[in-house]
Amino acid sequence: MNWEYAPAPESRAIVDLQPSYGLFIDGEFVDPGDGSAFKTVNPATEEVLAEVAAAGPADVDRAVEAARRAQHETWGPMSGAERAKYLFRVARILQERSRELAVLESLDNGKPIRESRDIDVPLSAAYFFYYAGWADKLEYAGFGPSPQPIGVAGQIIPWNFPLLMAAWKLAPALAAGNTSVLKPAETTPLTALVLAEIFQEAGLPPGVVNVVTGAGATGAALVAHPGVAKIAFTGSTDVGKGIQRELAGTGKRLTLELGGKGANIVFEDAPLDQAIEGIVNGIYFNQGHVCCAGSRLLVQESIAELVVEKLKARLQTLRLGDPLDKNTDIGAINSPVQLEKITELAAAGVAEGAERWTSPCALPEHGFWFPPTIFTDVSPSHRIAREEIFGPVLSVLTFRTPEEAVMKANNTPYGLSAGIWTEKGSRILWMAQQLRAGVVWANTFNRFDPTSPFGGYRESGFGREGGRHGLEAYLDV
Amino acid sequence: MLGSAWLALVSGASVAVHRRDVPPAGMVLPPAPVTRIGVMGMVTETQLEAKPRGTAPWAGSAGTLVVAGRDGAALADIAASEASLRRFLMGLPGVDQVGAEARTAMLATRSIKAASKLAALELVVRMIDLTTLEGADTPGKIRSLCAKARHPDLGDAGVPPVAAVCVYPDLVGTAKAALSGSPVAVAAVATAFPSGRAALDVKLADVRQAVSAGADEIDMVIDRGAFLSGRYQLVLDEVRAVKEACGGAHLKVILETGELVTYDNVKRASWLAMLGGADFIKTSTGKVAPAATLPVALVMLEAVRDFDTATGRQVGVKVAGGIRSAKDALRYLVVVRETAGEAWLAPDRFRFGASSLLNDVLMQRTKQLTGAYVRADDFSQD
Repeated sequence: MNWEYAPAPESRAIVDLQPSYGLFIDGEFVDPGDGSAFKTVNPATEEVLAEVAAAGPADVDRAVEAARRAQHETWGPMSGAERAKYLFRVARILQERSRELAVLESLDNGKPIRESRDIDVPLSAAYFFYYAGWADKLEYAGFGPSPQPIGVAGQIIPWNFPLLMAAWKLAPALAAGNTSVLKPAETTPLTALVLAEIFQEAGLPPGVVNVVTGAGATGAALVAHPGVAKIAFTGSTDVGKGIQRELAGTGKRLTLELGGKGANIVFEDAPLDQAIEGIVNGIYFNQGHVCCAGSRLLVQESIAELVVEKLKARLQTLRLGDPLDKNTDIGAINSPVQLEKITELAAAGVAEGAERWTSPCALPEHGFWFPPTIFTDVSPSHRIAREEIFGPVLSVLTFRTPEEAVMKANNTPYGLSAGIWTEKGSRILWMAQQLRAGVVWANTFNRFDPTSPFGGYRESGFGREGGRHGLEAYLDV
Repeated sequence: MLGSAWLALVSGASVAVHRRDVPPAGMVLPPAPVTRIGVMGMVTETQLEAKPRGTAPWAGSAGTLVVAGRDGAALADIAASEASLRRFLMGLPGVDQVGAEARTAMLATRSIKAASKLAALELVVRMIDLTTLEGADTPGKIRSLCAKARHPDLGDAGVPPVAAVCVYPDLVGTAKAALSGSPVAVAAVATAFPSGRAALDVKLADVRQAVSAGADEIDMVIDRGAFLSGRYQLVLDEVRAVKEACGGAHLKVILETGELVTYDNVKRASWLAMLGGADFIKTSTGKVAPAATLPVALVMLEAVRDFDTATGRQVGVKVAGGIRSAKDALRYLVVVRETAGEAWLAPDRFRFGASSLLNDVLMQRTKQLTGAYVRADDFSQD
C-alpha cells in the first residue's frame, strides 16, 4: 500500500519572537552603543525572523568589564555549592522551556525539529546538570587541592549547534567559577538570547554571563580585549589559526575546537544494517553540519559494493523538507554562503573524477537545500577526501587491511573523530589506539554525553570539552 | 573467512520481472531465472520456479538452492549438511543490539496524523489475525470471535473484516463453518503449540488434522531446544516437513523470539525458516514474555528484505503478543514502511496476531472520523 505520512508540523506559537533583540550585558538587555543591527533569517524559508544588535568594540568592552566585576565580586568568591544551585536551576528551566527552545533552534538554524527536540535541547540541559555537580567538588577533579578559576572567558561558538555549543562552553566555565562573554554565530543568535532570558529567570547574578551578538568583527574585538583571560573557540580551522596567531605572546589561554574530516571505518564483519544507520547518522545528521561528522567512509573493499547499494536504498527513505515537521530527517542548509561552499566542493568532486550519486528527493522552492549525496571512486588525493565539506556529502574510499584503514584514516590534517564498525572487540581496541582522533566511536557514531571528553588532534584543535577533562580548560592548574 | 560471510545480489536483472510474481496475462512464462548469491566467497545459484498468474504469493516454492563455487563448480547446497547450514547462518552479518534498538526508538517518534492515520488504522484492521488460544475455548467463544472478525464494527459497515481468525486445530471446523462465505481466513496453531515439544510425526499429524478440517493457514512453532543447541538441520527439516504437510495452506513459522533472546539468533532463525519454505515468519506464540518488540520486528523485516533481494521471494512477517494499542500498531507499520518498504504494507505481507488490539483500533478510527472519543462499550468485546 502506498502510505504517505501527512504533514505533522510542530507549532510555532510557543515561540515569542520579538522584532528586535539587544545585547545581554550585566544582567540586562541593552541596545548597542552605535545602534547597528543585522537580520537573522529562517534558512528553510528565507523569512527574516528578527533584527539582532551588532556589538561593537565599546559594547564588548562593557561586557568584559561586567564579567570582570562579577568574577571578582560575586561569582568567583561564591562557594561551589552556591554556584551549583544556580546551574541546576538553569538546567531545570532549560528542560521546562525545551519545546520553545527546540522550535526556535529549528527556525533559526534549519535543523529538523526531531534533532533539536531529541538531541540539542536535552543535551544542553544535561551539560548544565553534569557540570553543576562538579561545582563543589573541584578539588577532587584531579587538578590539585585548590584549583582556581581563570577569570573572564571569551567564548565564541558556531552556528551548527547554537544552544548546545553555548551549554558546552558555559557550563564548565561557570562551574569552575569563571564568568563569560559569549559570542553566538551571526546566523544563529536567537537561542543564546533566550538562554540569556533563562539566566535572568534563574536569578544568575548580573555580569556572570554576557551575550554579545555580531559577526566576525565582534568576535575579533572579544579575542583582542585585554580583560579576557581565556578564549574558547569552536569554528573553522582558518579562523582558529588566526585566533592562535593573535593570542601568541599575550598570556591568554586558548582552547580550539575546529574542523574535521572524520573516518567512519566499516569492516567486512560489521553488523551491516546498524553500520548503514551509523553511516547515515555520521554524515547526514544535522545536514552534515557537524565538525566531527563521519564524512569519509572507509569501507573494506570486500563489502564496498554491497554497503554502497544498501546505503543508497536507505538514503531514499530519508525525508527532506520543512524542519518543523516532526517527520523530517534532513533540514535546510544554514546559510547561502554554506550552500555555495558545499555546491562548489561537490562540483570539484565531479571534476576530479569521482562518481556522484544524489538522492532523488524534491527540494523545496524557497530556502537553502542540498540533497544527500554520495561520492564513490574517491581517491585520497581528491579535494572531497581532504577538505571539510560541512554538508550532507559522503566520500567513499576503500581499504583492504586494518593497517591500511588506520593509515588512510590518519592521512588527514585533521583528527577530531573516527568510527569503527566490527564485531571483533580486540580489533576495536587496537584500532582506537592507532587512530589519531580525539573521539573514537565503536559501532556507533555522533553520540554525545556530558561525561565524555571531546576534542581534536592537530588541525582539529586542542583542549577538551566535556567530562572531568573539560574542567581543566577553565581552571588555573 | 567463514566468519565474515555476506550475502549480496550479484545479478538481479532477470529476477526483477519475476519477483512481481504476476506475469502479464497471456505471457509465456520464461525459464526459471537464476539468482546468484555471493555467500562467503562462494556463489550460490538459486533456481526459482516461475509461478502461474493469480497464485497466492505464499503458494510458491522456496526454490532449489544450488551452491556453486567461485569457479562455477558445484560445491554443496547451503542446507546440504549440518556443517554448510551452520557456516551459512554463522556467516550472516551480526546485529548490534544498541544500534537496532536506537533505530526503532527513532522510528517510534514518527508522527502519524490525519489522513495517513485513518488509512493506517484501516490497514491494521485488515492485517489482524484475531486470536483466541485458551484452554477454555469453546465452540460458542469461537463463533462469537468469528462474528467479530467478519464485522469488526457493527455500527459501521465501512470497517473491513480482519485477515483471519487464529484458533487451536480442534476448533478449525467450528471457525470454518462460522466464517463460510466471508473472506476471513482460518489460521490454526499446530505442531504441539506453544512449546513444540512432541515427536515430529505427532506434529505432522496435528498439521494434517488442521488442514483437513479446512485451515487456510498453519502457524507452526520451531523447535527452540534444537535451535539453541545448534541442531539447525533438525529445525530446517521440521519446517520443510510441515510445509509439505500444509499442502496448499499458507505456513507461518513462529520463532518464539522471547526464547531465542539475542537478535543474532532472531536473524538466523528467520533465515532458517525462510530457507525451509516459510510463507511468513512470526515473532511469538503469545505465551512467552517478551513477545513481539519493535527491534525484533526490525531484525525480521531486514531478513525478509534481504531474502527478497537474494532470491526474489517475498516472505511476510507476523508480530504477535502484547500489541494492544493502535499507537503500538502504527509504530510497527512505520518500521515496516521504512525497513522492508511499501510492498510489505499489505495483509499478505504483514500481520498482527492480537485480540484486544482490534477494539482500540476501532476506537481510534471513530475518533479520527468524528473527532470524539467513544466508550469502550460501544464496541463488542468479541
